[in-house]
Amino acid sequence: MRFSKKNLLSLAGAILIYFLVYWLQAAGVISAFQEINLMMVGINIILAVSLNLIVGFTGQLALGHAGFMAVGAYVSAILTTNLGQPFPVAILAGACTAAVAGIIIGLPTLRLRGDYLAIATLGFGEIIRGAANNINYIGGAAGMIGIPQLTNWTWLYLMMVLTILVIVNFLNSTHGRACVAIRENEIAAETMGINTTYYKVLAFAMGAFFAGIAGALYAHYFYLIQPATFTFFRSFDILVMVVFGGLGSITGSIIAAAAITIINAALQDLAVLRMVIYAVLLIVIMVFRPQGLMGTREFTLDRWVPKRGEASGSAGN
Amino acid sequence: MALLETRDLTISFGGLMAVANVDLCLQQGELVGLIGPNGAGKTTIFNLLTGVYRPTRGEIIFNGRSLVGLKPYQITQRGIARTFQNIRLFGNLSVLDNIRIAYHWHSRYGILNAIFRLPSFHQGEAAILARSQELLRIFKLEPYQYEKAKNLPYGEQRRLEIARALAARPKLLLLDEPAAGMNPQETKELMTLINWIRQEFDLTILLIEHDMSLVMGICERIYVLDYGQVIAEGPPEDIRNNERVIEAYLGREVNGVAPQGGKS
Amino acid sequence: MAVFLQQIINGLSLGSIYALIALGYTMVYGIIQLINFAHGDILMVGAYIAFFGVVYLKLNIWLAFIISMIGSAILGVLIERVAYKPLRNAGRLAPLITAIGVSLFLENGGLMVLGTEIRSYPAGLITSAQLPLAIFGIKLTATTLQLLILAITIAMMIILQYIVHYTWAGKAMRAVSYDPDAARLMGINVDNTISVTFALGSAFAAVAGILLGLYYNTIHPLMGIMPGLKAFVAAVIGGIGLIPGAMVGGFALGIFETMVSGYWSSKLRDPIVFLLLILILLVKPSGLLGKNNTEKV
Repeated sequence: MRFSKKNLLSLAGAILIYFLVYWLQAAGVISAFQEINLMMVGINIILAVSLNLIVGFTGQLALGHAGFMAVGAYVSAILTTNLGQPFPVAILAGACTAAVAGIIIGLPTLRLRGDYLAIATLGFGEIIRGAANNINYIGGAAGMIGIPQLTNWTWLYLMMVLTILVIVNFLNSTHGRACVAIRENEIAAETMGINTTYYKVLAFAMGAFFAGIAGALYAHYFYLIQPATFTFFRSFDILVMVVFGGLGSITGSIIAAAAITIINAALQDLAVLRMVIYAVLLIVIMVFRPQGLMGTREFTLDRWVPKRGEASGSAGN
Repeated sequence: MALLETRDLTISFGGLMAVANVDLCLQQGELVGLIGPNGAGKTTIFNLLTGVYRPTRGEIIFNGRSLVGLKPYQITQRGIARTFQNIRLFGNLSVLDNIRIAYHWHSRYGILNAIFRLPSFHQGEAAILARSQELLRIFKLEPYQYEKAKNLPYGEQRRLEIARALAARPKLLLLDEPAAGMNPQETKELMTLINWIRQEFDLTILLIEHDMSLVMGICERIYVLDYGQVIAEGPPEDIRNNERVIEAYLGREVNGVAPQGGKS
Repeated sequence: MAVFLQQIINGLSLGSIYALIALGYTMVYGIIQLINFAHGDILMVGAYIAFFGVVYLKLNIWLAFIISMIGSAILGVLIERVAYKPLRNAGRLAPLITAIGVSLFLENGGLMVLGTEIRSYPAGLITSAQLPLAIFGIKLTATTLQLLILAITIAMMIILQYIVHYTWAGKAMRAVSYDPDAARLMGINVDNTISVTFALGSAFAAVAGILLGLYYNTIHPLMGIMPGLKAFVAAVIGGIGLIPGAMVGGFALGIFETMVSGYWSSKLRDPIVFLLLILILLVKPSGLLGKNNTEKV
């Protein structure tokens, strides 16, 4: 790794945030309710950033992200709860299984375009949920209980930073540009020597991998998972964050995931009214800002740090 | 040995023979024109050569190997690049990124190198950047390198598309109506550019064009297509005087200069 | 064999309802290429309008049908004007998100106003008797309700075919769905045509909602979610944007679902339906009746 001034600043910022929250938590300033939402912010950031890779950057409309999350959640929970494996092993296994699911789904369905792909991926998500509903080993419709609570701030933060770092580094390379080229014009991309099938499947696999991590973190924080947690509404939720933040903007996804999670938490006491307000907000914001908060732009440190004369990438370094 | 040879190249859509029994032969370094009335099947031949369509019948031999059944990206990697009649740039990306994407398959570093930012990533990216900017300089597009491609003036978009095709480092370049929508001055400059890149990049070029001043001016040999079939082949002066061509295509405008702003 | 035929009879009524909902999806998709996720919830609103009409205004069921269709049509047009029209040139995803927003609004607004209780239409609203049937000497049963559902659906489809093919509004709809810009140049009011499409689709959804309420004997604020999604699947199976596709897809899905429940397990029904969807799309990427449109290069 090469450290430019900008990278060092980002690194310092990331470490500072970690210790700040760690200290606040140790000092007992963060309430139990706030902690839950903090965890949800982190998990949703992982989900939104990974879905943005598929939808926003590669241009493949996928509505099955909750399915990949479910795979990660269940596989990791089986490993820790039933097989007594350590948490890191469980996270990795959950993520890898989700990635394999991504490839299995990606390979055949990527012949489909646009809305057909959307409904096929939605269907796959529902198939995964339906399977979980029917397998007694993982509790059927009642779900799995008694999963050890292993997710803490350190794990969450580590995984979140890892997700963002890997995806941003991927996007700012020739491989990431290949994905963006597919979004912009698939035929031209293919005539420029890009193996479009390979990159579409790769985007699916990577997106699913990180959704699997999010699922593992979720399962080991709430120590209870049910098929009902992973309905297509959950996939919609993630898509809303991605579109709201801006398709093709990683920082947009991060901001939107955090904002939407916090808005949801703030309206908690309003019961059903909360969802009504949420729905109205969603409509109003999209009508007035259809490109999302950030569009395809990134919030970068470039504004404060002089550039090294490098070209502008499609995502912030 | 010919660089590109098609034998009995045929494709039918439903019952319609869009291209029938076409035999083309391009020698290394040639600049060949492909002309014909609208709907004669010119672009379809390009689509066959680049793997967008699969021929119903016939053979395409490039550099001694058959291209039939290969995917477009594999054909590009074998050394054929093209431009499109209706410009297909990556509109929302910068001019520079348009070029960098075409260098993609020449880049040597893998995904893990990118994710972990290993030295080979930095070397690879530096090489891509240097080559891309060199190409932009040649095409006088350097001032626009950070602009979105879709915001470029039309003529510049056409030039960028040619530059992008060259970035894939082809042996054979297919240009689909490169002068469409250009004024006479721009067309003249384009002719100079095409001649120059042919020398500079050691290219063989096959081009579709409606602007007769361009075709007659720079092509060494011309194929004339009508209803999917080759009706004439030869140097410009022969084509100009060929009865069948005049009948099928040029009509009364045999004076060498076609009407301005032919259809795009 | 008897079980098989019986499942077909049961599947036909469920399939009718799916087909009615799928028609609305497909009409809207055909004209503005939007997956109107709120369509399933319009169905719920339609079911409730009829419920209140029958229970509180003591309306006759047929009058309730009409009022519910009108009410839902107005709602559909309203939704289009507020949530989709401003986004017509904003790409594909922004209106998809507002559609999800409208869907959430109707579901949760419904829960807030109507509460979570499950209601049902008053008994005796439609007298449903068992009809003994015999096909090739095999004894089967159908209810008059099942026949009624089928009859209403077929009547609605005939009306729709008439509207689409023989009225000015229908011709305008076809023109707009073929090429909105050319239609505009031909003097067609595209905005109004889109509104008419939403009104028609929503009126169909209202009928489907009431029939669904009668069929399952329950209505609930979230009743539209699953049938809505299934009907969308049906529209895709048939070839989205195609009116005959929605009919074929709806009936096919209804029959397939009852077969799976009848022969196998109702718990496996939903995942298998989605599996079928994916298999069909893999073989025919644009649905059973769809043409494979590849992009012109």
